[in-house]
Amino acid sequence: MGSTIVEKILAKAAGRSVVSPGEVVEPRVDLAMSHENSALVINQFQEIFKGTGLEARVWDASKIAIIFDHRVPAESAKTATNQKKVRTFVQEQGIQKFHDIRGDEGGICHQILAESGYVLPGSVVVGTDSHTTTHGALGAFAFGVGATEMASIWALGRVLNVEVPATIKVNIHGNMPWLVSAKDIILALIGKISAQGANFKVLEFHGDGIENLSTSGRLTLCNMAVEAGATSGIVPPDQETLRYLHNEAGVAISDIDLYADDDAQYDQIVDLNISELEPQVAFPHTVDNVRPLQEAVGLPIDQVMIGSCTNGRLEDIEIAAQILRGRSISRNVRMLVFPASFRVYRKALEAGYIKDLIDAGAVVMNPGCGPCLGVHEGVLGDGERGLSTTNRNFKGRMGNPNAEVFLCSPAVAAASALTGKISDPRQIITENSVNNPL
Amino acid sequence: MAQVVLTLGNDVSTDTIYPGRYMATVLPTETPQYAFADLPINQKLNNHEIEPGSVIVAGENFGCGSSREQAASALKGWELTVVAKSFARIFFQNAINLGLKIIICPSIEAKEGDELQFHPDYLTNLTTQKRFPIIPLPTARQALIDGGGLIAYTRQLLLKERRP
Repeated sequence: MGSTIVEKILAKAAGRSVVSPGEVVEPRVDLAMSHENSALVINQFQEIFKGTGLEARVWDASKIAIIFDHRVPAESAKTATNQKKVRTFVQEQGIQKFHDIRGDEGGICHQILAESGYVLPGSVVVGTDSHTTTHGALGAFAFGVGATEMASIWALGRVLNVEVPATIKVNIHGNMPWLVSAKDIILALIGKISAQGANFKVLEFHGDGIENLSTSGRLTLCNMAVEAGATSGIVPPDQETLRYLHNEAGVAISDIDLYADDDAQYDQIVDLNISELEPQVAFPHTVDNVRPLQEAVGLPIDQVMIGSCTNGRLEDIEIAAQILRGRSISRNVRMLVFPASFRVYRKALEAGYIKDLIDAGAVVMNPGCGPCLGVHEGVLGDGERGLSTTNRNFKGRMGNPNAEVFLCSPAVAAASALTGKISDPRQIITENSVNNPL
Repeated sequence: MAQVVLTLGNDVSTDTIYPGRYMATVLPTETPQYAFADLPINQKLNNHEIEPGSVIVAGENFGCGSSREQAASALKGWELTVVAKSFARIFFQNAINLGLKIIICPSIEAKEGDELQFHPDYLTNLTTQKRFPIIPLPTARQALIDGGGLIAYTRQLLLKERRP
């Protein structure tokens, strides 16, 4: 019997020849990432060592990455103090993969991991962030853990008692229509299988629709796998993966030998044809409340956000800039754009996209999570409706339980900012008009 | 015997259990004050009107969303028990790691005020006199609970694997 990709990665990481779903393994970890919540991880880590007589040292400082992104710059004295505590720990332990609040190397943890070449195909990546699933886009088995789990990993270098997850094969077929994107694919999939459709399972993506998708799009796809409950999403690494790693992450690997066997056992097979896919919108207050854009068109909005680990990459900012170029956003909306990292910010600046955005009235913010988790930099007011390219729309998500969040692609977000109502970007630009504003 | 103090539907997210705006508070000793911060039960908890051991009954996918451990530590701080039809993966693991009592009961039917009694493989709603089967925790996770939670379990392994 053959193996799925994650089964192969787990077998290797656990020193077994083969593993099957339900088996308990303790995979060694190649990369352990956390962000501001390192403050809690440090607390739990020190707790583990209490009374042992052992010095509280992490198992391997070179395999730990810490990135400040959730609350940057600090929104409160409490956060600033937590960040200070983390900086001290980073120093003491000699952690090199540390990304502080800096204009040269800062950004959202999941973007930093990918673009810094920290994630390799076949590796085991854990993060104290549910969207760690993102890194399946590069062929890693990547999953979210809690802070105490991470403290245990920092101490031992492996994850204790992991049950090998079953895998759902997702076949994405067809050619993506103009102005439909990876975000629309994943929203459609979540709408189809529900917010718990993949709970405790892996989503393994296949098909020509995936082969033709850029790594940027694959990162979006795997990022939101967790919104279907998935432990992880994963894309079979291919030439595009090698291209991304080489050109954008500075990693030179010539070959990848990681694939799902033809006779791998799947829990379920899901097919999605994207040739006729319409832009999708997730209505409040669950991510699986997904409907075609047409059902949302015309709803007035108060704030538009483009950014986050889901949709803050160069491709996302590029499409928004193309839609906004030479136009002006509605006086009834605030539009906030958060590049996913300073590297993305810089590229967008050099390409002229940042100018397009601010000329249109958008506010370009510092790279980071922004209002996605409802702390600062764009919290919604009572009764307000936000349209966002982020990944969650739970009640209270953007800092106010009396507000609504709709989720969509960057193209839909930009088009809607122009009108102040949820709008169809295909009504604003055509394939030919992209570089020639009307 | 334990009283149901809150009933919730499906897909209760960690944003409901522990809103993101309180995430700068991390220590398990400080998180309980923000448990269900946007629901009326928060006031009752902080007024100590809820008995330790009281039960929250929820539908499917309880704890979906963020990996924030505060969601589990806040409920653990009040010694609440969560009975749900199913749990989201990361919350489930966090609960086990911290020793928050969780029970998977796919057919549970209960209203606020009902009294429940727990048995190894079923629970009884004493108010309605109905019995509902419980799904036992996977063995690998039960080992963590038996080891006194993840911190104690990791400490035992560490002492075996590292020499002072």
